[in-house]
Amino acid sequence: MFGFHYRLERKAIGLVLGIIFVASIGGIFEIAPLFTIHQTVEDAPNMRVYTPLELAGRNIYTREGCYACHSQMIRTLRDEVERYGPYSLAVESKYDHPMLWGSKRTGPDLARIGGKYSDEWHVAHLINPRDVVPESIMPRYNWLSHTALRTDDLSAHLRAQRAVGVPYTDEMIANAAADAAAQSAPESPLVEGLTKRYGEATTVRSFDGNPAELTEMDALIAYLQILGRLTDVATHPASAAGE
Amino acid sequence: MQVIATLTRSERQWALIILLVLFALGLALMAAGRNDPLAGHGALVMIAALAAIFAVISGYFTPEPGDERLDHYYDEPSKIGLVLAMAWAAVGMFFGVWVAALLAWPDLTFDAGWASFGRIRPVHTTGVIFGFGGNALIATSFYVMQRTSRARLPDQLSPLFVLFGYNLFCLLAVSGYMMGITQSKEYAEPEWYADIWLVVVWVVYFVIYLRTLARRNEPHIYVANWYYLAFILVVAMLHIVNNLAVPVSFGSAKSYSLFSGVQDAMTQWWYGHNAVAFFLTSGFLGMLYYYMPKRAGRPIYSYRMSIISFWGITFFYMWAGSHHLHYTALPQWVQSLGMTFSIMLLIPSWVSAGNALMTLNGAWHKVRDDAVLRFMMVAAVFYGLTTFEGSFMAIRTVNSLSHYTDWTIGHVHAGTLGWVSMITFGAIYASVPWLWKRPAMYSTQLVETHFWFAIAGTIVYVFAMWNSGIIQGLMWRTYNDSGTLAYSFVDSLIAMHPYYIARTVGGLLFLTGTLVGCYNVWMTIRTAPRTSTTGAEPALAEQPLLQPGE
Repeated sequence: MFGFHYRLERKAIGLVLGIIFVASIGGIFEIAPLFTIHQTVEDAPNMRVYTPLELAGRNIYTREGCYACHSQMIRTLRDEVERYGPYSLAVESKYDHPMLWGSKRTGPDLARIGGKYSDEWHVAHLINPRDVVPESIMPRYNWLSHTALRTDDLSAHLRAQRAVGVPYTDEMIANAAADAAAQSAPESPLVEGLTKRYGEATTVRSFDGNPAELTEMDALIAYLQILGRLTDVATHPASAAGE
Repeated sequence: MQVIATLTRSERQWALIILLVLFALGLALMAAGRNDPLAGHGALVMIAALAAIFAVISGYFTPEPGDERLDHYYDEPSKIGLVLAMAWAAVGMFFGVWVAALLAWPDLTFDAGWASFGRIRPVHTTGVIFGFGGNALIATSFYVMQRTSRARLPDQLSPLFVLFGYNLFCLLAVSGYMMGITQSKEYAEPEWYADIWLVVVWVVYFVIYLRTLARRNEPHIYVANWYYLAFILVVAMLHIVNNLAVPVSFGSAKSYSLFSGVQDAMTQWWYGHNAVAFFLTSGFLGMLYYYMPKRAGRPIYSYRMSIISFWGITFFYMWAGSHHLHYTALPQWVQSLGMTFSIMLLIPSWVSAGNALMTLNGAWHKVRDDAVLRFMMVAAVFYGLTTFEGSFMAIRTVNSLSHYTDWTIGHVHAGTLGWVSMITFGAIYASVPWLWKRPAMYSTQLVETHFWFAIAGTIVYVFAMWNSGIIQGLMWRTYNDSGTLAYSFVDSLIAMHPYYIARTVGGLLFLTGTLVGCYNVWMTIRTAPRTSTTGAEPALAEQPLLQPGE
């Protein structure tokens, strides 16, 4: 073996090929099967995609680096299930490009934060976390409520999402900007189209309490309120197909 | 411009062509992304290209270097790289202290969006890993490759392209985070255009390495080069696969990862863990294998141990990433594989650390007297400690406590402060006098001061995070007598406060040491060079000190 190596280390190309070969094996064995073994991701027939407003909110969550302190992955441990809710299933992040499971809990897990607090709580909390949780060390995000949400490129966002595998329809892509505006304006005539495309259960309300203006605050709270609620397969396992 | 004088006339022309292309690319990004943060980056690329064009033009008519340049190694890129590494260290560690302080005093953001924790935390990680670590690796790899191959770099322009191109990537990365441009993939945050640029730079880097090895005057490729090669090759593999994404449009900085959910998580931590393995371990082991024996004046203890540890690390590490995903929605068979390989990884890791420490046998009096060698010795010790801790934390039941807590942060910093930074500072202090032809560092006393600041900072930091992490983990899982959770999340947050202050103090100590180091390096460069070349670094013709032992 050492004799072989004695010859190998005299050939640059031999070392290069050796390194590539040896370093590839792990990934091929561990990653490739995740795409082919069907049980890796559960079936959830009632799983819906993010609405354009929620997707925009998700992008704000990414932009601000929220994932650096908040995980979105409840592990299969008793204390986590009791603290945060049913453990996370793979299917629940099926449409997450990229996933935001996180690796650190400086703040609590957010996988099932949707519906846990009111919109008003979220607005107050994001403007100054210490107003509602005096001990909090989270940064303030007060500028979100007076920054208008950019919607002109949402169709392009949905198109890119479709390119990586999220089933957005042509109609959803064409109406992305209108749907984003409608979701935070309950009085708008556009709401009908939104609920037709994304389902009756879509939450339509002025998330930041100001229906006149579509802000980044609307988008972020719309996203936070849908977390853990794209499908009920984790809470009602019976709704999973074939089980 | 001194460095332009080292280029031949045709290289100066090529430099101008490359820079004009870069300028055009910047202009295109700015035009395509005029309604998007992308425009800012287009402008940044243009300004960088323009500044470099002026530099080349101002030096264009300096006399060309003669053929006598071929009798010496080409060290300009290593010199610039080491200075940049120290600059990035100061900046990256400053941001580190700032983000640490934010967790104790959250309103230190001055109400600015760009200064919030989520945006400047990646500025810290990218600044120290890629800015400080990456520049040090590129600079030392050029230095080591030439000397262990007894061959000069193939040309003058391509190493400078790699060095400055890489720094442009780092600049795009950290400025992007503050503007809100990020992919959110940890340690792979830069967006698609920066990623593509890095691939171009990296391919040139790899070609330089192969061309130099092809022209070597030594039959064997020295062990340090195996590690540098593994670093270059595997980082390229990881970078390309993990960054596969579809941009929203060519006028948008935003892209969506090709993978989603569980597959994306596995790909990300396959990348993330092996960024630790091949960026922060392989490359720096290459550094260790050259500078430690050289400084100690002892050959590497065992050639066979070098072989076993090299291939062990290259093979086992690639399986270990899934230990970041214990008890998650990742299938359990992958978790178990990751845990198994993480434990096996201890063998090649400790063989490496042991090989390094045994090399010091017969030179321990030098470790006592020479702070530079002591930096390297401490690095090897921390390497051994951290790899043991890593294998331990990869065990599922241990991980159930440690994951998501500050223990992980403590572990990472034991590795990055104790191992990566220490070996880098050792290598920098060793090579600065060699490169600039000075008798010694400006002040050996200041090297000593830096050493003790660095040790103190590391220990305070790591102990603070061990305490806070384990307390956090235990509080989250403690039940009271009635069978319900004993502590709310906020209870655990309050318990962290003293440790977050201690961590900031530890970081501040480490940063102080780094600033002392920056001053010392700067003063060494500014003092007059020695007149005679006696005792200087060996020139091309001389025998290299190190060869595989058998």
